[in-house]
Amino acid sequence: MASKKTPEINGSSMADIAFIALIFFLMVTTMDKEEGLRRRLPPLPAEDQKVEDQKVNRRNIIQVKINASDRLFAGNEPMDVSQLKDKIKEFLTNPNNDPNLPEKEDVEIEGIGTVKKSKGIISLQNDRGTTYSKYIAVQNELIKAINEIRDDFSMQHYGRVFNRLTTEQQDLVRKAVPQNISEAEPKDVKKR
Amino acid sequence: MAKFVKKGKGGIPQLNTSSLPDIVFIILMFFMVCTNMRQGEHKVKVTMPQASEIAKLERKDLASYIYIGTPLPQYASQYGTESRIQLNDSFRTIDDIRDFIASERENLSEVDRPLMTVSIKADQDTRMGIITDVKQELRRCSALKIMYGATKGGKVQ
Repeated sequence: MASKKTPEINGSSMADIAFIALIFFLMVTTMDKEEGLRRRLPPLPAEDQKVEDQKVNRRNIIQVKINASDRLFAGNEPMDVSQLKDKIKEFLTNPNNDPNLPEKEDVEIEGIGTVKKSKGIISLQNDRGTTYSKYIAVQNELIKAINEIRDDFSMQHYGRVFNRLTTEQQDLVRKAVPQNISEAEPKDVKKR
Repeated sequence: MAKFVKKGKGGIPQLNTSSLPDIVFIILMFFMVCTNMRQGEHKVKVTMPQASEIAKLERKDLASYIYIGTPLPQYASQYGTESRIQLNDSFRTIDDIRDFIASERENLSEVDRPLMTVSIKADQDTRMGIITDVKQELRRCSALKIMYGATKGGKVQ
């Protein structure tokens, strides 16, 4: 009796099929990464709400302005993008408790205790003629300053940099070092 | 010795290709995992600015894209050389953003809607005026999670 074996499937065309599938995927997909600076826009004030000047102490706010010819002003003095990070760090940490720099308030952080939190707000203003690359460069410096402060804070309290912390710890650090960047209401939003 | 003589006249022996499908399948898997589907075609020139503090977009399926830049040369005669907005596959104006956001939101499930991110991919030479307009319109549609598209670059000019 001949043993009944299942006949072997001819696999020689398998390579061709796989190649066709591979070429299909090469054509219809892209490899560009989705990266960028994440921001959150402030909600629009309700129509009936009066635009009241929020009572923010003068010392708690730093104006960062970029004009139409891409010049940068921070706290009313012209500066280069490379200087901005240190300026912001000094503003937000206020190491010498300078009365002209933001006040600090005590906040209770779970697991650490009471820490000093800066009340500083960065107000970013730009002109309609500012180029996007300059705007991103400035945003990048602002975020970098805050990230460095967060890293310092994490090193001090957890002995690790911010990115190495657990999600819960990161949330706590975010609470102690908030990212207070206000993208001001455009002052001259004309209809096109 | 006789053994070798016998083989010698056969020419080059056949290459064993039985593992070829497996190799190709591995490459295929790599491409399926590492790439994402092409999102229509670009009609505007977008060279994204460089930044060092970039974050990755976590959920690509929750993202909508707004491209801003000057029209590519083949569209320049029709749409001019000023910066334009591209939504999906066509040139649009600021007023169309509202409908665009509404329809994008409609496509998401109830749970994911608050997580929707609008990714603004603008050319680095774009003026902020148009981007400010887009941002104001997004605030009006309460699509507040946004992302400024940028590529990783150590040095920012």
